[in-house]
Amino acid sequence: MSALDWVDIVSALKADVKATASLAQKLSSWPDNGYTELKESQDRLKTFVGSGQLGVFSSGYWGHPAMKLPPEVNLLAAHHFLQALEYQKNINKVVAILGSKTPHIQNLAVGGVANPINLDSQSTLTMERLYYIKTLIDEVGDFIKNVYMVDVAAVGALYADWTGYGAGVTNYLSVPTMPLDTSGTKFALPGGYIPGDISKFKPITSFKDEYFKKNVKESIKHSWYKGDWDRHPWEEETVPAYSDFEDNGKYSWIKSPTFNGEHAQVGPLANVLCMYAAGHKPTQKYTKKMLDTANAVLSLVGSNARVSLNSLHSTIGRIAARAVRTAVLHNELINQWQLLVDNIGKGDYKTFNKPVFPKGEQRGVGFHEAPRGMLSHWVVIDDGKIKNYQCVVPSTWNAGPRNSTDALGPYEASLVGNPIADPDKPLEVLRTIHSFDPCIACAVHMVDSNSKEIVKIRAF
Amino acid sequence: MKKQNHFTLDEKLSDISRRDFMKFCGIMAVSMGLPIGVAPQIAAAITNPKRRPPVIWLHGQECTGCTESLLWTSHPSIANLILELISLDYHETLEVGAGHQAEAAFNNAVTENAGKFILVIEGSVPVKDGGIYCKIGGRPFTDIVKETAAKAAAIVAIGSCASWGGVQSSEPNPTGATGIPEFLKGTTVVTIPGCPPNAYNFLSTILHFLTFGKLPDLDEKGRPKFAYGRLIHENCERRPHFDAGRFAEEFGDEGHRKGYCLFKLGCKGPMTYANCPSILFNEVGSGAWPVGTGHPCFGCVEEGIGFTIPQFTQADVENVTPAAAHAPIRAERGAGVSKGSAALLGGIAGAAIGAGAVIAKRLGDADKGE
Repeated sequence: MSALDWVDIVSALKADVKATASLAQKLSSWPDNGYTELKESQDRLKTFVGSGQLGVFSSGYWGHPAMKLPPEVNLLAAHHFLQALEYQKNINKVVAILGSKTPHIQNLAVGGVANPINLDSQSTLTMERLYYIKTLIDEVGDFIKNVYMVDVAAVGALYADWTGYGAGVTNYLSVPTMPLDTSGTKFALPGGYIPGDISKFKPITSFKDEYFKKNVKESIKHSWYKGDWDRHPWEEETVPAYSDFEDNGKYSWIKSPTFNGEHAQVGPLANVLCMYAAGHKPTQKYTKKMLDTANAVLSLVGSNARVSLNSLHSTIGRIAARAVRTAVLHNELINQWQLLVDNIGKGDYKTFNKPVFPKGEQRGVGFHEAPRGMLSHWVVIDDGKIKNYQCVVPSTWNAGPRNSTDALGPYEASLVGNPIADPDKPLEVLRTIHSFDPCIACAVHMVDSNSKEIVKIRAF
Repeated sequence: MKKQNHFTLDEKLSDISRRDFMKFCGIMAVSMGLPIGVAPQIAAAITNPKRRPPVIWLHGQECTGCTESLLWTSHPSIANLILELISLDYHETLEVGAGHQAEAAFNNAVTENAGKFILVIEGSVPVKDGGIYCKIGGRPFTDIVKETAAKAAAIVAIGSCASWGGVQSSEPNPTGATGIPEFLKGTTVVTIPGCPPNAYNFLSTILHFLTFGKLPDLDEKGRPKFAYGRLIHENCERRPHFDAGRFAEEFGDEGHRKGYCLFKLGCKGPMTYANCPSILFNEVGSGAWPVGTGHPCFGCVEEGIGFTIPQFTQADVENVTPAAAHAPIRAERGAGVSKGSAALLGGIAGAAIGAGAVIAKRLGDADKGE
């Protein structure tokens, strides 16, 4: 969705289709970049815009001074935007095959999954289902590598100045994910913590990692909850105390999580940097590919600018890291499919371990590297009943307000220094907020130096 | 006088000269970055009676899963839906602009299409403490729903949250989460419950309306019968196992691995009215629904069952013996079309007219030709 912060769909209508096709073929060998396909997309958009009913596109920032792409690049991106709608739909079919439906999969059970495996039954995960999954995985891979990665590198290169904005909080937190053993000590994808400097990376190594468990806290000093405390999730409570927006008091429904007492950024950028620092080969390979492609485009357009690993600490870097992570995950998906098939081949059909809840108080945490970043759920169980349950979710880490020391959260910090060409149409603010892929329907408020609120922005 | 149904612009045009109007279209073209030559095209489009029907979509207390489900359909696809079939004039997740631009788009859409738009609401309305638990642009969702609903031609509540409160309305319901039919008591609201509902249940309802100018038959809860007219239990592929007494007792046990009935694992199929086993999800064929992959139904569409009765609690079953021992397994719920629909209409008791026809009248008959 955030592509439309950078790509001007209306400008795409003015593009020379032949020139677009030749540009596309220079960038990638993707077969659907021909004149006919591009013309079809342009005509479709022309008919839509010509209808005068622009719907959700009517509020867009078409022709905004911060929109810098030439019409041909806009057309190519718009063409791929329409194709991406198809590919995202198709890869979600994998989720539905295993999860019953999507969104909101319904195959999870405490202690495993509800999917029985039996190649000799008609009603379970069968050979036909397994190969359907495999085919869908293979198909989306071509799109990720030949279109998504290339487009992000090219558009990113043409907006290379945006590598200088939006870094914000540069502590990065990510957790290891896709366990390879039942005890949760070996993982396909590594995770850890970067305290501002990638050379100081410290790995998180198991589901029971004490370093991780001890150091997560949340502050409610600036959140609409009763009191003012910094607590570990197991000790938290959630008692609303709404006061509307107070500039120096409480101003958000989101709590403010910290790691080691400081804000940390989570998400694909945190994940990619941590995996890179941990020496994860596919991550290093696709990061290099992204940077190399962007630099090739920069030299193609005669720019002297060049990007490097450091450029990723930025608004455009977060978008690039999301594409890198997608390629890495696709790589891993192929491995995971093979591991599943190998297990079935060995006769290992186990999908569920019946849980037991011992008497007395039990405390637990589960974590996972979700699409928007590190997710953790913290539970206290007393005699088999849940006594406290706290979710510390990715968008909380990034969108959280100031913490107990009044340090700015990642969204807030990332907006400092953003250029804004037109304060009435602050497209640049959206670029930075959308680069986090917010999973919130809350308001971002910008306040000028006299504390007069000037702009309210909905970020989704 | 020629009646304009979808758009009030023709009425406005009677007050302004054609020259002014063309100038307006020229400015519009320039502001959209288009060559000035397209102005006549825009002018023609704005006065075209065949405009795509306007839809305004609101989000309350929800997770956006209902919206997300629409991104993964093929007939129609999301692009086809938005670019060619309807005019999605406001939708917070898909809206390209934000802040003042989004609010202006919303106000324009509501004003220009007053009395003529389909209003879709996703999410419940938190009514407790003056509506503070869901505010958009500084205003409580309670106010936004009331004001917008008053100007809508038809209202569709998508998802269990909008239909009856959904997950947030579970005890102790800290925000006072309320479904749209209850919040707008006395107003006809079509409900498409589910968490999320199958996207085709929503799309088919809208497309039925656009194609035939009326709503499909609804039950007493405002649900289309084509989607919610039968118990899951009645269309379940595992029903023969139920009738034969073959049950899975635990995930992964022998019965589970043989595809036996999930009743003993707490399946709410015998209490839940939905078409999941017949329509399936995400177009991947065989078995793509909860029971199909081995997970009991938890009744996500049904108030008082989904998010309320514990997952492993066994369902109440009305007919536990095969149908041969009984008269009809189960009669149609309600007494046909008009009873269920008429109940929704309140004031029009006894009238031989369905809710769909009334709404169609309000929406105007522009789509039926000149």
